[in-house]
Amino acid sequence: MTNEVAIEQTQNDVQTLDQAIDYLIKKYPNIVSKDTREGYGGVIVDRNHLIDVATTLRDELGYNYLSSATAVDYMGIAEPDSDMEMVYHAYRLSGGSALVFKTQAPRDNPVIPSLVSVFPATDFQEREAYDLYGIQFEGHPNLKRILLWEGFYGHPMRKDWKEAYYEEEHKPFSSRWPGGYVHRAEERNPYGKNVKYPADFDLSRLTDISEESLYAGLGLGVDVQSLGGEMRTDRLVVNMGPHHPSTHGVFRMVITLNGETIETLEPVMGYLHRNHEKIGERNTYLQNIPFTDRLDYLSSMGNNLGYVLGVEQLMALGSRYIPVPYRAEVIRVLMAELTRIVNHLWSIGFLLNDLGAFFTPMLYANNEREKILDFFEAVAGSRLMCNYMRFGGVFKDLPERIKSVANLVNDRVRDFNTMEYLTDIITERLPRFLDEYEYYLSENEIIKSRCIGVGVLPPDMAIAYGAVGPLLRGSGIPYDVRRAEPYSIYPELDFDIPTGENGDIYDRYLVRMREMRESLRILRQILPRLEATKGQEVWAGGKQGAYSPRIPVGEAYGRVENPKGELGYYIVSAGDPKGTQNPWRYHIRAPSFTNLTCLGPMSKGHKVADVVTVLGSIDIVLGETDR
Amino acid sequence: MAELNLNDLHDTEFPLPEGLQGNFAITSLSKIYNWSRRNSMWPLLFGLACCAIEMIGTAASRFDFSRFGMEVMRGSPRQSDLMIVSGTVTKKMIVPIVRLYNQMPEPKYVLAMGACASGGGPFKEGYNVVSGVDKYLPVDVYIPGCPPTPQALLNGLIALQLKIDGQSLANKDDVPWYGVGPSEPTPIPILGPDIIDPRQMDLIRRQTELAAKGLPYGVRELPPFQLKRSAPKKALASATTGDTGGGGGVERDAAALEIIKRKRMEALARKKAREAVTA
Repeated sequence: MTNEVAIEQTQNDVQTLDQAIDYLIKKYPNIVSKDTREGYGGVIVDRNHLIDVATTLRDELGYNYLSSATAVDYMGIAEPDSDMEMVYHAYRLSGGSALVFKTQAPRDNPVIPSLVSVFPATDFQEREAYDLYGIQFEGHPNLKRILLWEGFYGHPMRKDWKEAYYEEEHKPFSSRWPGGYVHRAEERNPYGKNVKYPADFDLSRLTDISEESLYAGLGLGVDVQSLGGEMRTDRLVVNMGPHHPSTHGVFRMVITLNGETIETLEPVMGYLHRNHEKIGERNTYLQNIPFTDRLDYLSSMGNNLGYVLGVEQLMALGSRYIPVPYRAEVIRVLMAELTRIVNHLWSIGFLLNDLGAFFTPMLYANNEREKILDFFEAVAGSRLMCNYMRFGGVFKDLPERIKSVANLVNDRVRDFNTMEYLTDIITERLPRFLDEYEYYLSENEIIKSRCIGVGVLPPDMAIAYGAVGPLLRGSGIPYDVRRAEPYSIYPELDFDIPTGENGDIYDRYLVRMREMRESLRILRQILPRLEATKGQEVWAGGKQGAYSPRIPVGEAYGRVENPKGELGYYIVSAGDPKGTQNPWRYHIRAPSFTNLTCLGPMSKGHKVADVVTVLGSIDIVLGETDR
Repeated sequence: MAELNLNDLHDTEFPLPEGLQGNFAITSLSKIYNWSRRNSMWPLLFGLACCAIEMIGTAASRFDFSRFGMEVMRGSPRQSDLMIVSGTVTKKMIVPIVRLYNQMPEPKYVLAMGACASGGGPFKEGYNVVSGVDKYLPVDVYIPGCPPTPQALLNGLIALQLKIDGQSLANKDDVPWYGVGPSEPTPIPILGPDIIDPRQMDLIRRQTELAAKGLPYGVRELPPFQLKRSAPKKALASATTGDTGGGGGVERDAAALEIIKRKRMEALARKKAREAVTA
């Protein structure tokens, strides 16, 4: 429905991406210009007119779904008056690729108008750009640090900011043993720790101000107010997390309660901010693959896929690019869909945990999950952190048999034929389990009364806030990257996109249930393809790719429909015109991060016990939220 | 019936009354303490990152650490004995972690699960990462792996049980909670321009003084490189035979040699005695 509205709003003669760009350039001469750098696409917008152009994009051209907003520091590459860049990716809900628009500012004084008024989805992402790059967003309602704490020294993602353990600009380092002997990074630091302090550090006025701005305006202490007639309640500020059993990790919510009703909710994150992007900029492209595993650590195969797709887009700009062989694509889809099942089993189990069905449904779901993990272990060598996809293929073909060599603690010796094992879990075991699970849970009275009508996210709000994945589809918008911008072999596969109607917790639960069934449907189509391609190569060109390939210069945005929603990798290769070994910029647009923008509005007016469930229904994972 | 002297209980040859024989087991208090503690270890329900997923997997039915008395995971630090640091410790998170540790009642144990908690792991160089939780808290058991498999975690938990078995009530230096008075809480780090460990205040002050003078600060000159050679076997061999010349140019302390020699002789004597018994 919202789809049609969006298409109606679109100018009739502007259908394709190129037409949209031409329309923009015609409407805003001298303000909007094509990005003519080698390997780049999209448009560059003058920063003084950014809001106008974004409004036109949203209202006239139908690009009303903003997915990613991130900053790039082109220190030493671009001209000094335009070396800090904000990159936005906007989509149409009817599908198609992104309209990328950029705006530039000098990095000495980067001031860019905030787009929160046009696209509320940029709220957290602009705060992140402020935190890590120091870009001042004019007009942002709540511009403060999001991943680090107030009072942190400097903006660490800037190219001239070096960490305490900084060694060299790029990996691989020139020597593993500089000076002829091995040392640990701690030994070179006078504190023996991963810390550094500014030279003008004033120890005499040392107070912890990291929490000050958080509580500003919340009115700490007892604030007695009257509530309807005689009833008097205290307004109370409650901190949930970072250590709380139901926050699914180290996530924190600062909640203002009126009685038991939530007035405001502010998510506080960064407790697992482990500097993926900064580390990723120094690694070689290949070294980043195991790091992507640790983003959404429940669906590592999906993370791998998004990253390799992004880098392959860049590689395709070069002349010697060989496309990925068919069998590798089949295996990639097999892994991505199994991962989806793994993730949804886990998230539904924990949603029920949050509802009070403590651990029992979780244990049943986890049993099935372990079956798939056994398969991952046999194929990739690790249960969780698979590190399996490579540029131009996959690490290894499927093994003949799934084996465990030793009888480990409480573990039977396993020895199965791989295809028989897969066929069994896909056609027998998992469907049977899902039937059983749904029989016990979907019509359960407690689940229905706790979930229906709670945490409602209306479709227009879901679009505005840039919600992705089951959260967006639960609100009735059939947007799925596998359909909107198909990758791998998804175009030839037959599957539906389940959607909800009311956008409440129950709908999201049902969407996840049905998505597992759709994944099984895809997997049943994958099985004959696996049989048919048996013995074919899984590497582009028939041999393992180079250890450290030179990636042509340019930008790429690889995105996949991960179990939690759209996962995007914005990768920039710059610096050396012959191609680079390390990404200049490596940004992860994480579904959990942007989905949390909706948490506050969704929980407002509900009871404090419902927040736990609302959070569980978003299905966040902190490795990806904080990166 | 003879008057019961409690000290006699330590003597296994204490004559038990006829009717009570077979109903008594005589052991030390330390053993009872350790036995009950090792089999009712309650971990803090506390997950940090990827390793937490494997920790939950270990708690779930397939691996099931309740077989070792650890199924009661507590959300409150007041009720838990064991902190499983399961994942990357960031500077922002170490503050609550230290606070939680201080809130745990003694006896308490810390288990660093995985590469990140043990030493920073793959994220060690990150600006917001603490390179190992042992920079702030005392760690009892380290488990390698990224993430460790459930089997590895079980192995670590069993290692902790073995460690508890060896602790003694009598030895006050063994564990702090058998000492006199309450033990000091770990100072809580401060989030300043970077994380500040209050124990390092003096060090930081000295560095800022250097900076104020315009001298290089925040770097440490590595000590000149010295290759440490382990003592060649020849030296040991000559030590046992009484030749204190020392081979390979390595000077060994005469007293140390004497101890080695004595121990070898004792071991030899014991071996000979055993052989005599079996023969």
